[in-house]
Amino acid sequence: MAHAERLSAWQVVQRRTKHGDTIFWALTLFFALLVIALVVAVGYVTWAGSSEARARFGLGFLFQTGWDPNAQNFGALPAIYGTLVSSGLALLFAGPLGILIGVFLSELCPARLKQPLSFLIELLAAIPSVIYGMWGIFVFVPLFKSLVASPVTKAVGKTIPLLSGPVGTGRGVLVAGIILAIMILPTIAAITRDVLAVVPNHQREAMLALGATRWEMIRTAVLPYARAGIIGGLMLGLGRALGETMAALMVIGSIKDKIGGSLFSGGITAASLIASELPNANDDLHASTLILIALVLFGITLLVNVFARLLVWRAARGPVGSVRA
Amino acid sequence: MMITQAPNATRRKWVDRFMRGLTVAATLLALIPLVLILGYVVVRGAGALNLAFFTQAYEPPVIGAGGEVSNAGGVLHGIVGSFVIVSLAMLMALPIGILAAIFLAEYPANSIATAVRFCTDVLSAAPSIIVGVVAYVLIVQRTRQFSALAGSIALTVLMIPVITRTTEEILKLVPHTMREAGMALGAPKWWLTLTVVIPTALSGIVTGVLLAFARATGETAPLLLTVLGNNNVSVKLLEPMAALPLLTYKYTDTPFPAQNQLAWGSALVLTLLVLGVNLAVRWATRSRAR
Repeated sequence: MAHAERLSAWQVVQRRTKHGDTIFWALTLFFALLVIALVVAVGYVTWAGSSEARARFGLGFLFQTGWDPNAQNFGALPAIYGTLVSSGLALLFAGPLGILIGVFLSELCPARLKQPLSFLIELLAAIPSVIYGMWGIFVFVPLFKSLVASPVTKAVGKTIPLLSGPVGTGRGVLVAGIILAIMILPTIAAITRDVLAVVPNHQREAMLALGATRWEMIRTAVLPYARAGIIGGLMLGLGRALGETMAALMVIGSIKDKIGGSLFSGGITAASLIASELPNANDDLHASTLILIALVLFGITLLVNVFARLLVWRAARGPVGSVRA
Repeated sequence: MMITQAPNATRRKWVDRFMRGLTVAATLLALIPLVLILGYVVVRGAGALNLAFFTQAYEPPVIGAGGEVSNAGGVLHGIVGSFVIVSLAMLMALPIGILAAIFLAEYPANSIATAVRFCTDVLSAAPSIIVGVVAYVLIVQRTRQFSALAGSIALTVLMIPVITRTTEEILKLVPHTMREAGMALGAPKWWLTLTVVIPTALSGIVTGVLLAFARATGETAPLLLTVLGNNNVSVKLLEPMAALPLLTYKYTDTPFPAQNQLAWGSALVLTLLVLGVNLAVRWATRSRAR
């Protein structure tokens, strides 16, 4: 058997089993299918888990206010309102800023600063959301309250209901929108930068040759070319804001039963409502209702993200957003 | 278009300067919260770090004669808990994520691969709280018990898409000539995948794993629904456990400054982990063309 010692390890293993390739392929296939099974499980569990609430309330509960678990009185409208308003505000603040940053990084930034600045902006996306929430509570909320909220409500609160008081602790939908804006800024900036980077140079050269200034070139030849990808980036940011839990939970004020008419009044988002109540949900209907809200949230973020990814893919011909988002 | 001459040339020049200035201002504006958050976390957090912070678990606050609160204890239970929960999640996510990535990168594209890619996108886009809800329904509700294991499983699901997508991208960068050379020598595909392709791509795979680790360590929402929290040092997987991000959350909303201090300290430890991982990844990939 001296001959056998000269066999390489794989030959030895291969002699033991002739089906190595088939087994290995089947193994990788199994884990690949497991990934699909996980998504199916998410959909099925939230669907099955919410059956009681769906049977009891139907879709009408999405448009009702009032939240009193002890009286089995559930209305999801405040949570939906809070989610849409805080995410909408976040997009309103972070959208223009993120696009400007993307333009700067892709078109105007000196080459030496490009990498470090991109890294710093993307670092904002790496900070855990609970730290945003904590910083919001200890630093931003008191600052915002004394510098903006209190003076503004005092000055125009009587005439503009949207800006009326009372400010209370300072936590509210506007503050949540601002914190969420900081969190989704890197997503929008990075994707804008990436889709601008694949705009062909002849677009720019043609415009400059016609005598355009740099900004005119960007506005007329670069941005329109990348429009679909930029919109995709905005929607990926929106998707992130819609599902954000901890930061929103900590700074939005947790008012679950009614919609405050002012930007300074407290509210609740769908994700933060689930996080704050599901661990303490004692009866089945309460849990089932929260799972139904999770199902709705999952559906909405899924739609937003699929649509966004289609746009970004088409624009960049590659999964630009997959890792950073 | 707007190629008109002299009359508006000055205006166009100023618009150009203004808009270019605006992009610079936007970039600087984005750096302000980064500096403020990191600054506060480092300064306030550093004050909380002492021996007790790392060696004690929860201690009930002692209210002194003058109403001042002392004796906050430490976050040892959180450090141990986070370590156990995240390590277990890594152990589960590594084989699933890497083998799924091998399926995507090493075998011919087919409709299953397309479906798997779509599903990794869905998983990475799904709000983490949704994954927490699923773990809560499947494990916590069934067993009527909050448990560290449920938290690890939730984190596993959140880590898988990160590991799978980065590993797939890296495996695709391994030159085909290496696989062909191995095949020409008669090595079966599974052997050359494990001994040639994976080792070649190892640094990239480690990058993806580190990013997944960073993401999982900072996750809070799914843990809220699964591991719940625990005031004592515990390593029992089937019981509630503490975790650093949970302590950051819990100790933020208390009236005791000593506990708020612990929140800042926990935040600093989390931030250093995340920052360290990101810097390491950046250093490791600095030479790779992007």
